Amino acid sequence: MENKELTLMKGNEALAHAAIRTGVDGYFGYPITPQSEILETLAAQRPWETTGMVVLQAESETASINMLYGGAACGKKVFTSSSSIGIALMQEGVSYCAGAELPIVFVNVQRGGPGLGTIQPSQGDYFQATRGGGNGDYNTIVLAPSSVQEMADFVDLAFDLAFKYRNPAMILSDGLIGQMMEPVVLPPQRPRRTDAEVIEQCPWATTGRPSSRRPNIITSLELKPEKMEANNLRLQEKYRTIRECETRYETILCDDADYLIVAFGSAARIAESAIKELRDNGVKVGLFRPITVWPFPEKELREISKGKKFILVAEINAGQMIQDVRLSVGDSLPVHHYGRLGGMVPEPKEIVDEIENLIKTQSL
Amino acid sequence: MSTSQPLGAIVINQERCKGCGLCIEACPKSIISFTGKSVNAHGYPYVSATNMDNCIGCASCGIICPDGCITVYRAPKTA
Amino acid sequence: MNNPIINEDNIVYQKPKLMNDTPMHYCPGCSHGVVHKLIAEIIEEMNMADKTIGISPVGCAVFAYNYLDIDWQEAAHGRAPALATAVKRLWPDRLVFTYQGDGDMASIGACETIHALNRGENICMILINNSIYGMTGGQMAPTTLIGQKTSTCPYGREPDIHGYPLSISNLAVQLEGTCYVTRQAVDTVPAIRKTKAALRKAFENSMNKKGSSLVEIISTCNSGWKLSPSDSNKWMRENVISQYPLGDMKSI
Repeated sequence: MENKELTLMKGNEALAHAAIRTGVDGYFGYPITPQSEILETLAAQRPWETTGMVVLQAESETASINMLYGGAACGKKVFTSSSSIGIALMQEGVSYCAGAELPIVFVNVQRGGPGLGTIQPSQGDYFQATRGGGNGDYNTIVLAPSSVQEMADFVDLAFDLAFKYRNPAMILSDGLIGQMMEPVVLPPQRPRRTDAEVIEQCPWATTGRPSSRRPNIITSLELKPEKMEANNLRLQEKYRTIRECETRYETILCDDADYLIVAFGSAARIAESAIKELRDNGVKVGLFRPITVWPFPEKELREISKGKKFILVAEINAGQMIQDVRLSVGDSLPVHHYGRLGGMVPEPKEIVDEIENLIKTQSL
Repeated sequence: MSTSQPLGAIVINQERCKGCGLCIEACPKSIISFTGKSVNAHGYPYVSATNMDNCIGCASCGIICPDGCITVYRAPKTA
Repeated sequence: MNNPIINEDNIVYQKPKLMNDTPMHYCPGCSHGVVHKLIAEIIEEMNMADKTIGISPVGCAVFAYNYLDIDWQEAAHGRAPALATAVKRLWPDRLVFTYQGDGDMASIGACETIHALNRGENICMILINNSIYGMTGGQMAPTTLIGQKTSTCPYGREPDIHGYPLSISNLAVQLEGTCYVTRQAVDTVPAIRKTKAALRKAFENSMNKKGSSLVEIISTCNSGWKLSPSDSNKWMRENVISQYPLGDMKSI
């Protein structure tokens, strides 16, 4: 019988444990609230003595992301974590990794901005996460967990996708999921890949050149525009494949629903509570939760929204994912937004009231 | 060994040479110089060994050449 | 005219095998080429080609990866020490070095440089200090001398306006993590021989887990300095060496 230990822990802690257990090779990060438990948990676990995983507190987020560049460029599974401001600081490095096609994983446990902002939860980095974030035409695969369990599960998934496509992958969480405690089943302990396996699985990696092959060069630089355009077209083709094959989403009570809430991450949890209350009041509302916010599940949302009376996009920001929702459904039904800002998190009641008000307004 | 016997020789990859002239300065026997005004395919003037008989095979030119254009040979020592 | 000396058995010097035939983009007489050759020679002599990972910078040496047939990573501007840190920690038996200019290492990358050296990462960091930004066309560098003219201090560097020259090597000496800090030049054959010995020692230190080594190489930028290659060497000897004296600064 499989040993499925159920443990109560914070989202940040679950993510750190999952990284050790799924055989991640290295973590490089810099403390920032509300995600410091990730580095703290790794430091307390001392995985370098068990799995051989490297854990290093870097001098800055800039150094962290560039350590990821170096680590991924030699074929290793490396990740970092930070919160909004630190992720903003990393964007140059993320763009380099996208350009050099490096499979890095980075975690954003979002807090409210702009600027130093607040340490309270927010979803204000949706644009930054889904539109690239740094310079140039690129995309990052973005997974948005809405539970402590998903914080644990998405580590392995993010690495799978990152290595499958040789592309940066982000886990877009927030202070609510990072800090809250929930029961979680951690993955079983797996060994890290051996050096020989890394070399075999990543023939492109800079692991030292045997005389049997040409040098491996990891770079994002190409001065000839016609070659650089070809590089870009190849990247765009890859992004098309990812859009085609990797959309993930969850639906709750959508089949008989008259109205749809679209929400991701922690906002989806709040929306789920609101939906229960609304259904108790006889209002048939369903939830569409994108799990990948890039690629956004456009086709699936378009299909599910057919016949609904309106969509309410509930976010903890000023209205960011609503753009993707509108791009998905066009003018086929009204799309409204409800959000809170600056570290304020909406209560389920606020969403209940918003839906009931919208129904009244629409029936006028 | 008679003094007239050359001790060394060099071969210059003139297509790779950029004509910086550092080898001319490094050579203790002044055997290298620019010859004429001709340029190579990359548009650089290049140097030639114009006094090879005096080469002692010290390799100074090769060591100082930033572009690795010079191969240096030294006659085997006779017993 | 068949010269009997020109025979493969008689070769005493040639371009190292790890340096390929791709023409280097460096200006005529640039010091970069000399240092590239030394690195190639040492890797060959240490028989480490299959275990070496080089990190190239942003700056003139950005294309170093086109010339030496080893595995290379091209870093973001100034971040080579961060890349090298991760590579060496994840592949501890590899020979890992960074190759950086003074703008890359002493200006934009000063933070990563100081911290990698201070952690005692088992890497070798090579600093090509030509006291100017070569790649972008001769602007002031952190290492530019007082009075030296560049395109962004066209009347000469003035401390009141531009601050003072920064020596990363002087700082590195103070750091617990460094085992070897040396400043060398490549303007003469004896100087090149010394630089080669310094690089070899630094590479060996990294494999012997002794800590961080920094090899600063005072170099010329004849295009940036607007002098001939030969006059650049003279100007360097007359002006730069007094500000940045040569020799071992720390060796444990």
